[in-house]
Amino acid sequence: MRWSRRHVLDTDDWSTGEIEAVLDTTGAMVEVLSRPVRRAPPLRGRTVVLFFAESSTRTRVSFELAARTLSADVVNISASGSSVEKGESLYDTVRTLEALGGDVVVMRHSSSGAPYFVSERTDAAVINAGDGWHAHPTQGLLDAYTLRAALGDLAKKRIVIVGDVVHSRVARSDINALVPLGATITLSGPPTLMPSAWRCGQAPAGTRYEPDLDHALDGADAVIALRLQKERQEGGLLPSLREYTRVWGLTEARVSLMRPGAPVMHPGPMNEGVEIDAAVAHGARSLVERQVTNGVAVRMALLYLLVGTPTLEAS
Amino acid sequence: MERRELEAKGFLVTPGFIDLHAHLREPGFEESETIASGSRAAVRGGFTTICAMANTEPAIDSPGLVAEVIARGRAAAAARVLPIATITRGRAGRELADLIELAAAGAIAFSDDGSPVDDARLFRHALEYARTKDLLIIEHAQDMTLSAKGVMHEGVVSARLGLPGIPSAAEEVAVARDIAIAEMTGARLHLTHISTRGAIASIRDAKSRGIRITCDVTPHHLAMTDDWVAGVREFAWERDGSRARVETATKANAPLSESERARLPERESRPAPTPRATLYDSATKVNPPLRGWSDVRALWDGLVDGTVDAIATDHAPHVSVRKDVEFDQAAFGISGLETALSLVLGGMNAGWCDRDTVIRALTSGPARVLGIPIRDDDWIAIDLDAEWTVAADALDSLSKNTPLLERRLRGRVVYAVVGGQARYEGGLRGASPVGSR
Repeated sequence: MRWSRRHVLDTDDWSTGEIEAVLDTTGAMVEVLSRPVRRAPPLRGRTVVLFFAESSTRTRVSFELAARTLSADVVNISASGSSVEKGESLYDTVRTLEALGGDVVVMRHSSSGAPYFVSERTDAAVINAGDGWHAHPTQGLLDAYTLRAALGDLAKKRIVIVGDVVHSRVARSDINALVPLGATITLSGPPTLMPSAWRCGQAPAGTRYEPDLDHALDGADAVIALRLQKERQEGGLLPSLREYTRVWGLTEARVSLMRPGAPVMHPGPMNEGVEIDAAVAHGARSLVERQVTNGVAVRMALLYLLVGTPTLEAS
Repeated sequence: MERRELEAKGFLVTPGFIDLHAHLREPGFEESETIASGSRAAVRGGFTTICAMANTEPAIDSPGLVAEVIARGRAAAAARVLPIATITRGRAGRELADLIELAAAGAIAFSDDGSPVDDARLFRHALEYARTKDLLIIEHAQDMTLSAKGVMHEGVVSARLGLPGIPSAAEEVAVARDIAIAEMTGARLHLTHISTRGAIASIRDAKSRGIRITCDVTPHHLAMTDDWVAGVREFAWERDGSRARVETATKANAPLSESERARLPERESRPAPTPRATLYDSATKVNPPLRGWSDVRALWDGLVDGTVDAIATDHAPHVSVRKDVEFDQAAFGISGLETALSLVLGGMNAGWCDRDTVIRALTSGPARVLGIPIRDDDWIAIDLDAEWTVAADALDSLSKNTPLLERRLRGRVVYAVVGGQARYEGGLRGASPVGSR
């Protein structure tokens, strides 16, 4: 299919074909990453601006590695020490980014929708690297790639997402990437951490809410645990982390309710002993490290599709 | 006479509109609006009388400030400007303002709008005190602990956009409290910018029990739904009925039974409705938030059956630096004086109410809430069929924060007279308002 998107802001309006195009391109990028010299030229002469207004080492490094592997120049604008923390408006920052003349702006921001604001006001391609509670498209796509590699065709596969869904851009982007590939999603977790509409008969197509994690996991094909922010307890959303772990934590006993060998994923960073036991996090079912590796390939695929020239031959 | 001739030319001539709720931002926020620019925007929108909200800087909590607003309103020579004073000193919600002295200085009503009076005991005392002189209290009904850090209506759209929601219950809880206190004190209480189905039901019930309570709704809550935040730009009356029915059926805060589910039309399927505007447009951010379709329907039902006494704009201009920011950082508010009539006429043209209801809610309804007469020398002429574009330079308000920018609307004011003097001659500018064309 022909790629026609200018930005990657959210995958909620992507067709199955578009998602598959990214996953197929990701496969080619995995091959590039396996070469002895990990370098390909399609972004030579292009500048990728990494604008992280909310700190994130993992995602930023993943994008940086992806951009450099494709021979792009990389400029970092991070939150600490930048004008963002000095009260500069997002509007001003966009004007600056525009003046710097980057071809791609990869941005993370604590406000849902901030990438839309930027994309309206710049000529650069904008990739959303996580905005508030809203979306983290590259995480959704890398999870879809990882699951497809582990399970094959995702049609009729049942994936459980457990944890703090309401505050999770990862959950939203996982849903948007996995449902078009045919998977069904069971959301589990405390009702206080679930969007109220999704609990009350208006869950997104292809998903349902099951508060009882044991029921949710019974016979499932995979589970994705979400990070639990410790401040949720202070916000009155949870009685205690101990109770959360007891009711919604992933233990060996719980994950064995799934289909034999069904994989366990987590977007990281993990709170081991809270949402996931260390034994599960590092056990045979865990795809956590695979997710990190695939993350670089997915980000390469998107950079390539957005601004790359068509050759992947080594220079 | 002039009025008759305008009628003869096909314009609708009515008493001037009265707006119970406009933010003129002066003193303190003159970069967003001034008494002069706001009252010019008012007459352009057909409002010959506007009540200026008290949440300025400083807040209108002393007789001198009341007098100053009146003087500046007169000097502007556009709409009549009636100052609203605060309920509590500095709008701080801790001690009562000098309500009787403020009334003597010319305050038409009292409100801490922008924030409710959280302390129920203090609110009770305000109503008891106001009762002695039959003063009008206007309350922004919102439970701040429930609305918390919400920035839009809590529902399926906020869930999709990942924005913190303001549940309908935030308004409904506060309305229930306010009704109970109004009943207990017997004071005149007006609830402004009501936005939810549940609140309308409570007010309807309170009125049937003889409690002295009135309410208004805004044009934007009558026209727009929460999916405007997600880029949809259909007016409520243009919405596909089946999607609207799903929402109605699933509003109750409980999972549906299988039989209920079977009766529902197919759920909104992916992808989401094609947006016509950018998502997260902060021009759609307003408090109370744009609600669901069934809420909008309930507001119209209330208008038709008299539960709703008035349409008030909650005109809330904001300078662009307060709006041209991330959605969750943006100020709440829609600039509304100049688009109010067209929006309401849209619903009327779709058959959601009749012309008498619209005109009553903009004239005699608010006059009765305030206890003021309809004046013969304040009148306007409306061209019901005129189409116009909401261009920034076609608005007299200093701020252009409306999600209607660039939109074509139907129906506009062509002539406005205040105290017998022509104060706006829009459609007729350059031509004599009387005589032949």
